[in-house]
Amino acid sequence: MSENSNEQPIYGLLAEFSSAGELVTATRAARKAGFTKIDAYSPLPLEELFEALGLHKSRLPLIVLIGGIVGACAGYGLAYWTSVIDYPINVGGRPFHSWPAFIPITFETTVLFAAFSAVLGMLALNGLPQLYHPVFNVSRFAVASKDRFFLLIEAVDPEFDYDKTWSFLTKLEPRVISDVEH
Amino acid sequence: MDKHSAPGPQEPNAMIGPGHSFNSVTDKISSIVLREGAPRGWWIGFGIGFVLTNMMLVSLIYLFARGTGIWGVNIPVGWGFAIINFVWWIGIGHAGTLISAILLLLRQEWRTSINRFAEAMTLFAVACAGIFPVIHTGRPWLAYWLFPYPNTMGLWPNFRSPLIWDVFAVSTYASVSLLFWYVGLIPDMATLRDRTVKIIPKRIYGVLSLGWRGSVRHWHRYETAYLLLAGLSTPLVVSVHTIVSFDFAVSITPGWHATIFPPYFVAGAVFAGFAMVLTIAIPLRRVYELQDFVTAQHLDYMARVMLATGLIVGYGYLTEAFMAWYSANPYETFMMSNRMTGPYAPVYWLLITCNILSIQALWFEKVRATPIGLFIVAMFVNVGMWLERFIIVATSLHRDFLPSSWAMYAGTVWDWSLFIGTLGFFVSLLFLFIRFLPMISIFEMKTMVPEAEVREDLL
Repeated sequence: MSENSNEQPIYGLLAEFSSAGELVTATRAARKAGFTKIDAYSPLPLEELFEALGLHKSRLPLIVLIGGIVGACAGYGLAYWTSVIDYPINVGGRPFHSWPAFIPITFETTVLFAAFSAVLGMLALNGLPQLYHPVFNVSRFAVASKDRFFLLIEAVDPEFDYDKTWSFLTKLEPRVISDVEH
Repeated sequence: MDKHSAPGPQEPNAMIGPGHSFNSVTDKISSIVLREGAPRGWWIGFGIGFVLTNMMLVSLIYLFARGTGIWGVNIPVGWGFAIINFVWWIGIGHAGTLISAILLLLRQEWRTSINRFAEAMTLFAVACAGIFPVIHTGRPWLAYWLFPYPNTMGLWPNFRSPLIWDVFAVSTYASVSLLFWYVGLIPDMATLRDRTVKIIPKRIYGVLSLGWRGSVRHWHRYETAYLLLAGLSTPLVVSVHTIVSFDFAVSITPGWHATIFPPYFVAGAVFAGFAMVLTIAIPLRRVYELQDFVTAQHLDYMARVMLATGLIVGYGYLTEAFMAWYSANPYETFMMSNRMTGPYAPVYWLLITCNILSIQALWFEKVRATPIGLFIVAMFVNVGMWLERFIIVATSLHRDFLPSSWAMYAGTVWDWSLFIGTLGFFVSLLFLFIRFLPMISIFEMKTMVPEAEVREDLL
């Protein structure tokens, strides 16, 4: 793989486990040992893994709320501006600002903007699309989307020392430990 | 993994057959996509769909060349097959969103194995529905006039019109359904990328999965986004058919101007949609031997939802008849007696037979447990819901306030060829989906197998 400006010779160490329970134990142990630059990989979303990695709050709901509010203002604003200011039509003397008639469109644009915020926000926070990632260099990683669980400790972690980290991971009894190249 | 696919004795309430693991679930579902070639049934089904799609294209080209005069529409019945087919198709889509969003929020685990193809069904049904209002405008090349954009004519759409609400509702519904479906597919396309050995499919699935690698940090945000989308889709799906019903209810035509229309349309949409889900699921699970994933329990629950929503639709019919009498409005009363005893009476009573009488069979557990029996009832409902829209459109319009303008309405050969053509278009899209994408959500099915329980003794 291409040489990186990173001074670390490898990207990190990847340990493979056969069950979610083993990965939960390993993730907790790694955090307890002081590692911070870690990630876990799983073929399915599991609450226990989120907790083991200490993931609680996400900024996503706030992004969706803002998207929804912007959508509501855009929809109502469009209906108001066109029907009241730019192109008023007098229908039997009824008010130009006939707000109940603007509600269906306001509702639809709220949902539309909020839904796009949810998806684009999720992808942006996750850094996707990202077609290349060093973990893909480990050939065994292909089973991460099938039935295996992986723990990654990155070399940039301040606690990382190749030999010590390797022996730490060995104690967790993984199936395999692999070097992750850049 | 074939030993798992045989339909075996199932525990009551089983949502997945016995003996499945992460491995067997992945293999079973992804092998349908990754196998060499397609089974004979696939080619026959896709072939029929392809021929009918071409019939749709011919009907459209002839329509563009000659104009809407080739249809049976006249004055007073200016809304013919176009609106009937539009409402029928968009209603069918509603079950997909109900299954994927509302049942997710209600934590109904049985949605897991049917949500993916039900969502696909939604998208394809909305695609078929979208054709009709556009071509009914008469000058479909100017359909962009429906959208608000600054133009040299200085015009804007009328935001007080239900027809423009419809444009916003349907386009939002199509966009959000597509997002929901695609987000659900991302982890599964990563699985296909990792499982295929061929370079071109690997690249395509790799790009479409956006480089998904199953990071727990990603899964955490993914779950949040998926739940939020479900929460947003739930009121959206109710709003869409409500707004479609406003196309009728906001006008002052007898038989349309009724407050029962929004709830009755939404129930009818879910009713029609579940009938279509069953119509698709029953042959699919048999051809692809998916009885372990789409179990007898799933069919039973879908039949119950169909029965419940069908009874709400029946209540809607009763209310219409009651209000026609109770309102003491001569035009309403005439419309209803004309509907029940006039020239379209056989269609009306056929619709009552299909939508109300046929579903009474679903009270019996034996019928719900017989796939072929369920399939027959579902076909009755598919036909019945189309007839319902025909009756709503034709009987309110064909004898209007002025007897001198009364006329009969019937579809011409071009009306029928276009409608049947869209059925073929729907079927073709569905078969392509089954061939190239996992028709059951792989990662969600994994949450159903025993391995997904994180055992505390290991912690």
